[in-house]
Amino acid sequence: MIGTHKQNFLRGAKDGIPIFLGYFAVALTLGIAAKAAGVTPLQAMLASLTNNTSAGEFIGFTLIAEGGSYLEMILMELIANARYLLMSCALSQKMDPTVPTWQRLLMGHGVTDEIFSISVSVPGKLDPFYTYGAIAVAVPGWTGGTFLGVILGNVLPTSLVSALSVGLFGMFIAAFIPAAKKDKVVAGTVAASFLFSYLMNRLPVFDFLSSGMKTVILTVVIAAAAAILFPRKEETENVA
Amino acid sequence: MSHNIYIYIALMAITTYLIRILPLTLIRREIKNRFIRSFLYYVPYVTLAVMTFPAILDATQEPLAAALALCVCIVLAYFGKSLFLVSVLGCVTVFITEWIMHHG
Repeated sequence: MIGTHKQNFLRGAKDGIPIFLGYFAVALTLGIAAKAAGVTPLQAMLASLTNNTSAGEFIGFTLIAEGGSYLEMILMELIANARYLLMSCALSQKMDPTVPTWQRLLMGHGVTDEIFSISVSVPGKLDPFYTYGAIAVAVPGWTGGTFLGVILGNVLPTSLVSALSVGLFGMFIAAFIPAAKKDKVVAGTVAASFLFSYLMNRLPVFDFLSSGMKTVILTVVIAAAAAILFPRKEETENVA
Repeated sequence: MSHNIYIYIALMAITTYLIRILPLTLIRREIKNRFIRSFLYYVPYVTLAVMTFPAILDATQEPLAAALALCVCIVLAYFGKSLFLVSVLGCVTVFITEWIMHHG
């Protein structure tokens, strides 16, 4: 990335605005689930601030409601969030090797589907300050939305929540389509991802897998297949 | 056995945080292996595409509205529109489509 830390922070903050809106909408529904599990508004807010993950928190609140064991909680979080492990690997290559550990520890909290999506799409190497900017804007939306969700419950009109819930997907699309336009292999990979993801999520044979596990399996298999069939040439590495 | 909610939340947070930071802090060098480099290059696009479809169809009240929003977002992104615009116009597409379907 070109520019000072301050400029990159502001860029990240700007790109964080749609994430804020999407998080807010999704967090409201998360808050409703938390309320059903008997979690108080402040506890739900604490969970969102420290966890910062949709699927993981949904599963967590469900387990809390059921009174599941602590070990079960750890295992479910590992499965629900295993995709972050892959994202974290990808980000490790997106950053300059000189970025110090404390910065990596700080920006690590921002490894969510959405913040990852914009962080990995910046041209060239990632300046962690870009990710800080996005975290600074997006995480209050997530935390505040959860809090309000517990308090307001189902007050918001369904039509509005329904419309806002597409916002996060819009951001994913804005991240992979431009790359697919530039690189035919990425385009083919995206098409294959749509196809196999559809099959895995619609065929009852795979019902025993959680959606987080499906994401992990599909990602590993499809990305590995693409890497074997179409290994990248060194000079075009930094296009993304 | 009764469980403490704060212990639950702490376990959730610690597990999730460790998953997020371990690769970021442990992998400090540029990986030289061509397969792994290629693999990690494709990972983000595959993950994002997999998470988008078919999940987007289940996110709205009407799957048709989501399908239209998907098309609108793909076209806008293809023509290089900003993240914000792609995202917001996706939401608007759903809102209008569902309004027509429910009131039209």
